[in-house]
Amino acid sequence: MHELSIAMGIVDAALEEAQRRSVQVSAVHLRLGPLSGVVKDALLFSYEVACQDTPLAGSKLIVEDVPVVIFCGRCQQSRTLDTLQSFSCPECHEPTMDVRQGRELEVFALEVNDPEEAASLA
Amino acid sequence: MSEPRLVEVRRNVLKQNDVIARALREQFRAAGVFVVSLVSSPGSGKTMFLEKTLTLLQPHYRVAALVGDLATENDAVRLARSKAPVKQITTGTLCHLEAAMVQSALQEWNLEDLDFLFIENVGNLVCPSSYDLGENLRLVLMSTTEGEDKPLKYPTIFNSADVAVVTKIELAAAVEFDWPAARHSIESVRPGMKIFRLSAKTGEGMQEYLDFLSQQLSAQRSVAQ
Repeated sequence: MHELSIAMGIVDAALEEAQRRSVQVSAVHLRLGPLSGVVKDALLFSYEVACQDTPLAGSKLIVEDVPVVIFCGRCQQSRTLDTLQSFSCPECHEPTMDVRQGRELEVFALEVNDPEEAASLA
Repeated sequence: MSEPRLVEVRRNVLKQNDVIARALREQFRAAGVFVVSLVSSPGSGKTMFLEKTLTLLQPHYRVAALVGDLATENDAVRLARSKAPVKQITTGTLCHLEAAMVQSALQEWNLEDLDFLFIENVGNLVCPSSYDLGENLRLVLMSTTEGEDKPLKYPTIFNSADVAVVTKIELAAAVEFDWPAARHSIESVRPGMKIFRLSAKTGEGMQEYLDFLSQQLSAQRSVAQ
């Protein structure tokens, strides 16, 4: 299981972006493809641990599952795969390794509160 | 209280690893060394296979290996019998190698003195798939004793690899290994994958694989020049 080190990488990336913008983060949006090799449930669990004792403690990790998309040379179309067990066009069954999407492991966006606002509410 | 706002950041979580891997790949290209990484589940015969590879290549090429292992140095000790330079990377509790570990392990070696560098990853078919090590070729091993459906169970690692090696073919008959089924599993998750069937123990099939490595090295060097 390597999700804890991945979660720590997410926390580091989010903190760096938050500090640069002087904002407080309430949630981190992650785009996750099945070919990233990262397991979502293990990641969600690890995220809480990775956030402890950081300014992200208590923040949420929101995972957007990104499907695997291949390009079929025969159909000349992008197609979404619903299984990782067959890298072939779901329509015409032509095998393909032209993977256009599905390797994502990306901190896509942050839900933030501006510090002025937080201070005025305090 | 106002709604929090959404700020787009778009940060690749593994960017740091990818940056180091890219630098390593460039370093390998400049030095003219061909780098092969090996991934497999524990017990598939990775170390035996690598020991044979090093021993057989050594009369013709300058070879070396980095070996990732969780705790012991047993693999490095075994590989040292090949007389090739071998260095252990002990990962502790970490289940995979990362590019930075490879980079720091290589610091004392002059890459220009090498033709082939092998990197044996930690025995694990899950985690190593996420980490680019800067290798030129990722080789995934499966042994006949593991069953034919390993690729279907671990599609991500097979899909990320360039070459599959089916090992322990001397045991194929005893375990009723179904080769057409295995080939079908591999080709389902990684269409067009180059596959070798061999026995590191008896040497059967090794030559074809070694010839393939020689061709890859020549091809890389002709592109580099």
